Amino acid sequence: MSEMIDKLSFYFSYPFVRYALIVGLLIALCSSLLGVTLVLKRFSFIGDGLSHVAFGAMSLAAVLPVIIKEIAAGVSASGEVPDGVRRFADMIADANNNIIVLPITLLAAILLLRPGKNAKIKGDAAVAMISVGSLAIGYMLMNRFPTSSNISGDVCSTLFGSTSILTLKEDDVRLCLIMAIAVILIFILFYNKIFAVTFDESFSKATGIKADGYNLLIAVVTALIIVLAMNLVGSLLISALIIFPSLSAMRVFKSFRSVIICSAVVSVICAGVGIIASILMSTPVGSTIVTADIIVFALFCITGKILKRS
Amino acid sequence: MAEQIVCREATLGYENMTVAQGLDFTVSEGDYLCILGENGSGKSTLIKTILGLKPVDAGSIDWVGLTPKEIGYLPQQTLVQRDFPASVREIVLSGCLSKTGLRPFYGSELKALAKENMERLGIAELSKRCYRELSGGQQQRVLLARALCAASKVLLLDEPVTGLDPKAQNDLYELIKGLNAGGITIIMVSHDVNAAVRYASHILHIGHHKQLFFGSKEAYLNSRIGKSFLITENGDEGEGVDEPVKAKKEQSDARAILAPVAAAAGAAAAGALISGFINTGRKRKCQR
Repeated sequence: MSEMIDKLSFYFSYPFVRYALIVGLLIALCSSLLGVTLVLKRFSFIGDGLSHVAFGAMSLAAVLPVIIKEIAAGVSASGEVPDGVRRFADMIADANNNIIVLPITLLAAILLLRPGKNAKIKGDAAVAMISVGSLAIGYMLMNRFPTSSNISGDVCSTLFGSTSILTLKEDDVRLCLIMAIAVILIFILFYNKIFAVTFDESFSKATGIKADGYNLLIAVVTALIIVLAMNLVGSLLISALIIFPSLSAMRVFKSFRSVIICSAVVSVICAGVGIIASILMSTPVGSTIVTADIIVFALFCITGKILKRS
Repeated sequence: MAEQIVCREATLGYENMTVAQGLDFTVSEGDYLCILGENGSGKSTLIKTILGLKPVDAGSIDWVGLTPKEIGYLPQQTLVQRDFPASVREIVLSGCLSKTGLRPFYGSELKALAKENMERLGIAELSKRCYRELSGGQQQRVLLARALCAASKVLLLDEPVTGLDPKAQNDLYELIKGLNAGGITIIMVSHDVNAAVRYASHILHIGHHKQLFFGSKEAYLNSRIGKSFLITENGDEGEGVDEPVKAKKEQSDARAILAPVAAAAGAAAAGALISGFINTGRKRKCQR
């Protein structure tokens, strides 16, 4: 026991570990907030689809400097990369990946949740198409333009999250903090509208509420959350972070507000426990958090059944 | 009486398919309009088009001196709502949303309005209960209370009594009648001809692809279509047998009227059977 405490206090003596924990908790809080809406609107799968798009975008961001250098080398007569282009490519490589990932994911979210479902290819098929497509292209890009010798390691950490939250850069932490605060503020300010649009879209539209606008807002915030959570749990496990806490809360609680509050609490606790457990047992952060979520879901299922009986 | 909704030669459709055309009617302040017609004749589409949820394909539907914020709507229940975790109060309060304007939260006057409407419909004591655990009649009352929060002038109801037992149906009709007496214009889609002629002031009857009748209830009762529809609905065989013979000259019309009635009756019976099953299932669960 004292060994565990020693290990923890050793880790937490570093400020960046403390920051990482705070960011992890904030991400968990954000992702649980919209989870309820996404589950109830039957959009759970869209979170999954968007996370694959984010994977594709992430690979693109990683290999872009390499691509630029190769193209420049091919175009220039001497076969060498011009100085300006090299500097530009290095600048992209140094910049935060989120600058490329965020806009692409946002675009995909808007396309998938776009108002007016007149598209020829609908709903689940469109999601499946876009998600599998970007997964394939992302993997292909990473193999064709390798940025490091350890391709499978790179792919694995993009899919399942960094093996340790400690590898988060300070820039990531700051960006996460800003985005998390934005998501929470938006959610609180538009809480009543989000409820109305989730419960009954046509009633909201008929009584003069701009439901399409709020749907778009939900799409944008979902994309934000996915890009945020990608740093923590990786793109394959994001939907777990979004849907598990809300599904757990729905087993037991009966009003919208209590479900939201409960799912936020569950999500934050699971994330905290998961991060600490991952430090102690040297397991990957993402999968440890999701495992904690699964255990809580099972507990809530049983509690719900017992409450119904009595 | 001021005109509120004016519909002129409107054509309604669904993804390049025309469901009804040549709809021509007006609704004035304080009217109680009942829209009758077979399944698939475009009744619900008409309601949605009036509300502006769907565009008019041709012709026009205009609101006179009305804004969306003065309209209440009782839609048919959707699948999503059946297992939605929300308390009665939250749902009723969401009807007030269009009145909040730019404020992010509900003020105390809107909370009072929601409370008043819950009391009006006798669901005040349910306000903390979960919507998905209520009976069909109670759920319908909750949605009606929400519609009342939004409605100050016009209330549109899309088959409000579906799935309710006869007593709950009567209660709901009486309630709507009271609202109408209080000055709210009612537009209701219904399968129930008897209730329509009992409560409505005006009838709009839509047939296959066209409008069969629009006018006051008295005129409808005296019209050929009104009579034949009422007779077949009530299963009065003596006259019902006569009717097709008389109508031989206008066979297509008669077919248009009778076939749907049979279809509607069949569908209603099947629906009742299914909902019966579901209800008993639910009751069993509750008893546990």
